[in-house]
Amino acid sequence: MKLEDLKKIREKYEKEMTLRDGKFKIKIIVGMGTSGIAAGARDTLKALLDEIAKRGLKDVLVTQTGERGLSSNEPVITVEEEGKPSIVYGDVSAEVARKIIAEHIVNGNPVSDYILEVKK
Amino acid sequence: MSFYRMHIIIPMDEEAVEHGAIEVKRELSELIEKNNLKDEVKVIETGPVGVVGKGVVMIIYPERLYYYNVKPSDVKEIFEEHIVKGRIVKRIEHDYGEKRAGKIVDYKTVGLTREQKRVVLDRCSIINTLDMEEVIAKGGYSAIEKIISEKIKPEEIIEEVKNSGLRGRGGAGFPTGLKWDFTRRTPGDEKYLICNADEGEPGTYKDRLILEGDPHKLIEAMIIGGYAVGAEKGYIYIRGEYQLSIERTQKAIDDARKFNLLGKNILESGINFDIEIKKGAGAYVCGEETALIESLEGKRGQPRKKPPYPVNKGLWEKPTAVNNVETLANIPAIIINGANWFKNLGAVNSSGTKVFTILGHVEYPGLVEVEMGTPLKDIINIYGGGVKKGKKFKAALIGGAAGVFLSEKLLNVSMDYESLKENKAVLGSGAILVMDEDTSIPEILFSILKFFAHESCGQCSPCRIGTRHLVDLIYKIKNGEGTEKDLDMMLKIVETMKETSFCPLGQSVIMPVKSALTNFKEDFIKILNKKNNEEVLNA
Ligand SMILES: Cc1cc2nc3c(=O)[nH]c(=O)nc-3n(C[C@H](O)[C@H](O)[C@H](O)COP(=O)(O)O)c2cc1C
Repeated sequence: MKLEDLKKIREKYEKEMTLRDGKFKIKIIVGMGTSGIAAGARDTLKALLDEIAKRGLKDVLVTQTGERGLSSNEPVITVEEEGKPSIVYGDVSAEVARKIIAEHIVNGNPVSDYILEVKK
Repeated sequence: MSFYRMHIIIPMDEEAVEHGAIEVKRELSELIEKNNLKDEVKVIETGPVGVVGKGVVMIIYPERLYYYNVKPSDVKEIFEEHIVKGRIVKRIEHDYGEKRAGKIVDYKTVGLTREQKRVVLDRCSIINTLDMEEVIAKGGYSAIEKIISEKIKPEEIIEEVKNSGLRGRGGAGFPTGLKWDFTRRTPGDEKYLICNADEGEPGTYKDRLILEGDPHKLIEAMIIGGYAVGAEKGYIYIRGEYQLSIERTQKAIDDARKFNLLGKNILESGINFDIEIKKGAGAYVCGEETALIESLEGKRGQPRKKPPYPVNKGLWEKPTAVNNVETLANIPAIIINGANWFKNLGAVNSSGTKVFTILGHVEYPGLVEVEMGTPLKDIINIYGGGVKKGKKFKAALIGGAAGVFLSEKLLNVSMDYESLKENKAVLGSGAILVMDEDTSIPEILFSILKFFAHESCGQCSPCRIGTRHLVDLIYKIKNGEGTEKDLDMMLKIVETMKETSFCPLGQSVIMPVKSALTNFKEDFIKILNKKNNEEVLNA
């Protein structure tokens, strides 16, 4: 192995480790209560993870939480970003989830059609 | 590559394994596999977390939530509730400090999960040391990378280490840069670097945490040290009981060789360095560097006369640098961040951090790494959670068996070389044994003196005979049969041993004895002639 190979390994696996050192800028929280799961929150979660992996996004974190009491709009996800108001999205299907990654997370434009609430 | 939303850490050490950590890990992995969560949830086995008495610990990221005393039968519930639904299983003891976008929200104000200043232990219980990719991703071997790509010379490394103010963490506190400089400057074509991982000080296990939790940090440091002093061969002398440490470190050495990080022409830089592990047989005196060298040479482990010092005549009479595990573990960070960064941590003449082992009557026994100069009371009260069961503090024995008994009056002392020296104490191995109001100091001193009598190597008579006498005297005193004269005799013996013993083992018995007899004098006076008096009263 040469010096360059060492660098390559580091670059390749660095991203995965950010989960453990808390150095992320955006946190996406998926509501995974019983009604969330019934409404397809698992597919939403999978789509989010898949899209992030495909795009190789750094500094993004996906986590889940229990019931939120918004069962008529499940699946519900919340996007939290440093220094910005948090945005709660409702009716987030897998397809919408991909859209949120593409437009909100990557380009910084929240997907207004699905916004339930903006928390200051 | 998949993007994991959750990392679940299961720290492994003997305590965890005994409490079913392997079953917990297996159970968890099976559930994850069966439910097709393998691409989103990763289970990682790491070295120990440094918390004692909590059985199997499970740490869940990104929340950084710690579950304690996890039993194999708890795993299903943790899986269904926490891993799938994101709900904490409140029934199981847990604790957490969430790091969100750099901000830390601590839910508990005391305990070992509180934020520490981790330089030496930064990767312990964070990475799987068996996985080179994790090691490298978390900065492993980046100091070597820097040295090679910036063509940093050995002399420059030594300068940097000197300027950092790093001092030995093995007990004596000798400046590491200076030791390396002496070794480098001594003429000779063959030189050695030895890592002292004997860790014989009772109650201390900081070096073990590094050996089990991040052996690659040590290997990287040794490559750098070897390059700096001009050695192509290094030894790690590990105490034989440290079975898991030996396994982990050996595996790390093998992996490093596979990645061309050890051996000939490291990363095609022209640097040669290799490491061999030697097992010690558990004699305390073999932690003393010259006895260690004797033992490495296959002889009986007895200290040599100094001078000559190992830097001039060490292993096989060749120039040798002997460094403690924790000392070495600071090196990569110093190379990466620079001497000034390191100097800004800690206290005057005591740069950097220190790993302390908190044990005895505290709520949270375990390991903590904090900046040098942290007040003793903070270490005990904040990280250790205070004296157990709300009892009153009586004493702390600082620095191991050859340490000093401090009373309540010194709870404010800063834990660094200089402040402790001013108070006639030593940092030693960094062990802090806390004793509550019900503790008998004479009893503790009895067990310490038994330890010394057992560990005295017998080479010189002051130590061999002195330690024996001390045991007899303290035995008599603790049983209420002692007299004022016996106390004076004890002091006389330790003074004589200090003056005449061949090595620091015998010379340092004065530390616990004198501090106990001075700072806790009443405890001894109280029980003098007790038996006699009782007999008189009963007559
Ligand atoms: C009786 C005795 C036991 C010792 N045990 C250890 C030990 O277990 N580990 C250690 O690193 N140093 C131990 N030392 C200190 C070593 O002699 C030596 O000073 C140290 O390894 C140097 O490394 P450092 O400069 O990094 O501290 C011991 C010293 C004495 C006198």
